[in-house]
Amino acid sequence: MARVGVFICHCGENIARTVDVAAAAAAAAKFPGVVYSVDYKYMCSDPGQQLIRKAIADHKLTGAVVAACSPRMHENTFRRAAAAAGMNPYLLEMANVREHCAWVHSDRAAATAKAIDLIRVMVEKVKRNRSLKTITVPVEPTAVVIGGGIAGIQAALDIAAGGKQVVLIEKSPSLGGHMARLSETFPTLDCSQCILTPRMVEAANHPNITLMTSSEVESVGGFVGNFEVTVRRKARYVDPAKCTGCGECWSKCPSKNIPSEFDAGLSRRTAIYRASPQAVPNQPVIDAQHCLMLTKGRCGVCAKVCPRGAINFKDADELVKVKAGAIVLATGFELWDHSAYGEYGAGRIADVIDGFAFERLASASGPTAGEIRRPSDGAEPKTVVFVQCCGSRDEKVGVKYCSKICCMYTAKHAMLYAHKVHGGRAVVFYMDIRSAGKGYDEFVRRAIEKDGAEYIRGRVSKIYRRADGKITVRGTDTLAGMPVTVEADMVVLADAVTPRADAQKLARMLGVAYDADGFFSEAHPKLRPVETAVAGVYLAGACQAPKDIPESVSQASAAAAKVLGLFSKPKLEREPIVSHVNRITCAHCRACINACPYKAIEDFNILDRSGKVLRTVSNVNEGLCQGCGTCVSVCRSKSIDLDGFTDEQVYLQIAALEPVEAGAKTEGSS
Amino acid sequence: MKSIGYYPGCALACSGIELDLSIRELSRLAEVELCEVADWNCCGASSAHSTGHDLAVALPYRVLALAEAQGLTEVLAPCASCFSRLKGTLVRLRRNPEMLEKMAGLTGRPCRNSVAVVNVLEYLNRLLKDGLAGKFTAPLKGVKVAAYYGCLLSRGEDIVEGDDAENPTGMEAAIRAAGCEVVPWNFATECCGGAFSLAKPEAVVELSAAILGDAEQAGAQMIVTGCPMCHSNLDMRQRAMSAAGRRTGSMPILYLSELLGLAAGIAPKAIGLDRHFTDAMSVAGRSA
Amino acid sequence: MEKTETITENARTGFEPHIIAFVCNWCTYAGADLAGTSRLQYAPNVRIIKLPCTGRIDPLLVLKAFQGGADAVLVSGCHPGDCHYTSGNYHARRRWSVFGKLLAFAGIDGRRLYFSWVSAAEGQKFADLINSITKEVHAAGPFDRINPARRRA
Repeated sequence: MARVGVFICHCGENIARTVDVAAAAAAAAKFPGVVYSVDYKYMCSDPGQQLIRKAIADHKLTGAVVAACSPRMHENTFRRAAAAAGMNPYLLEMANVREHCAWVHSDRAAATAKAIDLIRVMVEKVKRNRSLKTITVPVEPTAVVIGGGIAGIQAALDIAAGGKQVVLIEKSPSLGGHMARLSETFPTLDCSQCILTPRMVEAANHPNITLMTSSEVESVGGFVGNFEVTVRRKARYVDPAKCTGCGECWSKCPSKNIPSEFDAGLSRRTAIYRASPQAVPNQPVIDAQHCLMLTKGRCGVCAKVCPRGAINFKDADELVKVKAGAIVLATGFELWDHSAYGEYGAGRIADVIDGFAFERLASASGPTAGEIRRPSDGAEPKTVVFVQCCGSRDEKVGVKYCSKICCMYTAKHAMLYAHKVHGGRAVVFYMDIRSAGKGYDEFVRRAIEKDGAEYIRGRVSKIYRRADGKITVRGTDTLAGMPVTVEADMVVLADAVTPRADAQKLARMLGVAYDADGFFSEAHPKLRPVETAVAGVYLAGACQAPKDIPESVSQASAAAAKVLGLFSKPKLEREPIVSHVNRITCAHCRACINACPYKAIEDFNILDRSGKVLRTVSNVNEGLCQGCGTCVSVCRSKSIDLDGFTDEQVYLQIAALEPVEAGAKTEGSS
Repeated sequence: MKSIGYYPGCALACSGIELDLSIRELSRLAEVELCEVADWNCCGASSAHSTGHDLAVALPYRVLALAEAQGLTEVLAPCASCFSRLKGTLVRLRRNPEMLEKMAGLTGRPCRNSVAVVNVLEYLNRLLKDGLAGKFTAPLKGVKVAAYYGCLLSRGEDIVEGDDAENPTGMEAAIRAAGCEVVPWNFATECCGGAFSLAKPEAVVELSAAILGDAEQAGAQMIVTGCPMCHSNLDMRQRAMSAAGRRTGSMPILYLSELLGLAAGIAPKAIGLDRHFTDAMSVAGRSA
Repeated sequence: MEKTETITENARTGFEPHIIAFVCNWCTYAGADLAGTSRLQYAPNVRIIKLPCTGRIDPLLVLKAFQGGADAVLVSGCHPGDCHYTSGNYHARRRWSVFGKLLAFAGIDGRRLYFSWVSAAEGQKFADLINSITKEVHAAGPFDRINPARRRA
């Protein structure tokens, strides 16, 4: 006989304001199988959990329903409380009367009726729950970090410092990401390369870190503790074991006119190239699309001049399988394409550039050796206009959100410009100033008060190039209440921060959710910012949302802590929500085997005593089954069922919702 | 296209007469019959919607109702302002169907909002698609033209369709078909001053002078436009611009239909080229 | 055994639709949670039954829901390509196109069965969906095609 306890939480006022919790408790007390029904202000608090534990012991409960917030919030909390009281945690279910009821309805009567329905549904389910034991699977104590920017490097270093192996995968030929392209970082104006390159070298040399540059993730299989990541190591055509980075090859390469991606197109590189002199690994790769030998079969000068014979034109992509227990996504961001703004020149005016291009101009190792020069004619600009919020906070043409870092880096740009071009005029058009970090507001004030940047509050309505080369910037000064026109020599647009174009593809490979803007979704926006809904996959850096370097580093360390926590146990406990086959009725049509996305169902031979095969049926490998239930619905003979969501349970849940006449004769079960 | 409804509006009857003449000539050449909306009234232009909301909708509504009653499915409104009012009313009625009843009450005419409204650029592009370029016997080889759209031929959600509001290109095919070269310039969608021509002509002098200045800097030899208001501001006020010290020299301002008419070998006087304030007859001399 | 009366009729307006939603845990359930945390308001007629994946939802469950007196059923899961279990929603989608034809063949109004993709970030979409379904079903009236004996007069 079932002995179910119902525990209804007020959640302070959150539930109790809309749902009559006392009435719900009274109604639940009358449900068949319910022996104890109570309501309490904060069920998840210590006294609340104590209440549950005591009830389980006192009333010898065989099941419990906690009607409160979403199970996604506190199912684990309450299941642990049940386990502490000696009840199998899988005999406790939650009815979501907050997110799905009290918070979305205002009619008290309707909300209370709905809450009662939801509780009844879960009571019916819980009566059929089985005690389940968690399944243990081994954990591969290797982490894969996807992305070799500052976030990826930090996560890799922290996991490696914890004594675990890391495979750090980077798409481009060098580590460093966007931070390597910056000139100086706010708010300290530290030289970006100076603080980054030691980390890059450390990551490359760390005994626990295996670096795979020029590599991309091709596919991911498996699950937490047991991922199999297939990595495509792209052909580099330069043997890393032999190359010393001497530079003979690229100094002789005749294919010289390729716009450098690292320098935002402001300089040219050769087909065999190193992204920058500080690249890690400090070895060139060949760009197959522009190499004369690889496209046309002639030249080969690099191979001739290489003193170590490191050039290998026969190199090919290689697929490498990596076993990992955890994956950290640190793929970073890109800048929004401002050619969508026809009013700003549609991307066609050479002297209207984005933030990265300005960084390369300002950088001592950049195409102009740190001198600020216009891309069109190399002249030193005497007036530079900086336009914040280009694409950000623009629902119609750009993105809705604020990109967080632009106010700070624009102030930085204005300061760098003032330091390098004495007597130059820096004008910044802004909507708001968002400088909320440590030392950040002081930094912006310094740009204005010490370095003389002119801040004008207003949007820019049009940017165009005059025949004499000057750039006219038309905007408003909302504080003065007047339109304002600035004749500039160069314009820097603070383009919005967006996720990388290929981020969605990667998310789908992993089953990670992403939001409407393409940023990877964290498991909970407040309390679980570095985990995803996929167990074993963590987030670090701007791929989750726009953020600056200190936040990226913090998040990377947090993700590393989660990984090390996961790896701290030799075996992983998994949710026992798995399917089981009824071997008596299974006809081995293999529909379930074909439908299973995890290849968790296999053939199983039923043998007689002499070892002869009597019949073959399907069998579920509990270690691989993830509990989706697709097999259950494809089975034609209903020979397979999913623990935790059995057919019987779901049918009874549906039946619990049937509206009936008061006093009418009904069937039912207890 | 054999025929199309025609709504000249007040401008085409008087100050924008070149637009009317050139459209009629091109339509005759293309063998398209222009069926004028009988008993048409003024669309209200900017005066009506500065006066009252109901009036601003009722005036174009009556025109649409008349066109519908006449059995027309499409009406060409060459004046950009008339187009904006008529099409804008059509869109407003589509979004708020309850207004149809109110307007029927005000005007005493029912309307199902079934008539489509076409602007001069759409019309000319259609004529070209139907083969009008084949009749261009006198293309103006290599003349540099700045295409000026102004506001009403480039903007308006659901009103101007199929072109980029910040960077329109709707005139380019026609200009090239006439043999000319399209010059890239910055002021294609800048305001000419519009109806301030009457209330505050100094504003027009400033704004239109800036437009002419940029076209000149871009190397244009003439500006082509589609709107009689823009045409009037750019053409008629050039002397005032010189008097105010804003401009020197003169630049011919042509309607796109006039340019196509010249390319088709139609006599300049037949399309009204001799009626401009700033000399445009010299352009006729550049035909091959 | 006596079942407690379920209040599904609002005395003021008369017929209140009884809608059952089978949703997947990872996307739509989370989307409904987001609607809750955002305090978006929607009609209280829907009852959500959580399943791990839309792949788990077989047509018999839907028929059972109708048989039990539901006026409409909603099946909602992750967008194609985003299924937490990789392919469950593809199975669901295929199943649904066949099931829809079967319903039509049996003379059952297929418009009572709604199928949608709602992601974990689409709280507003979920709320709007419930409101529009409730409104449509309210206009369509009670669904007594499958089991007339169970419906109130």
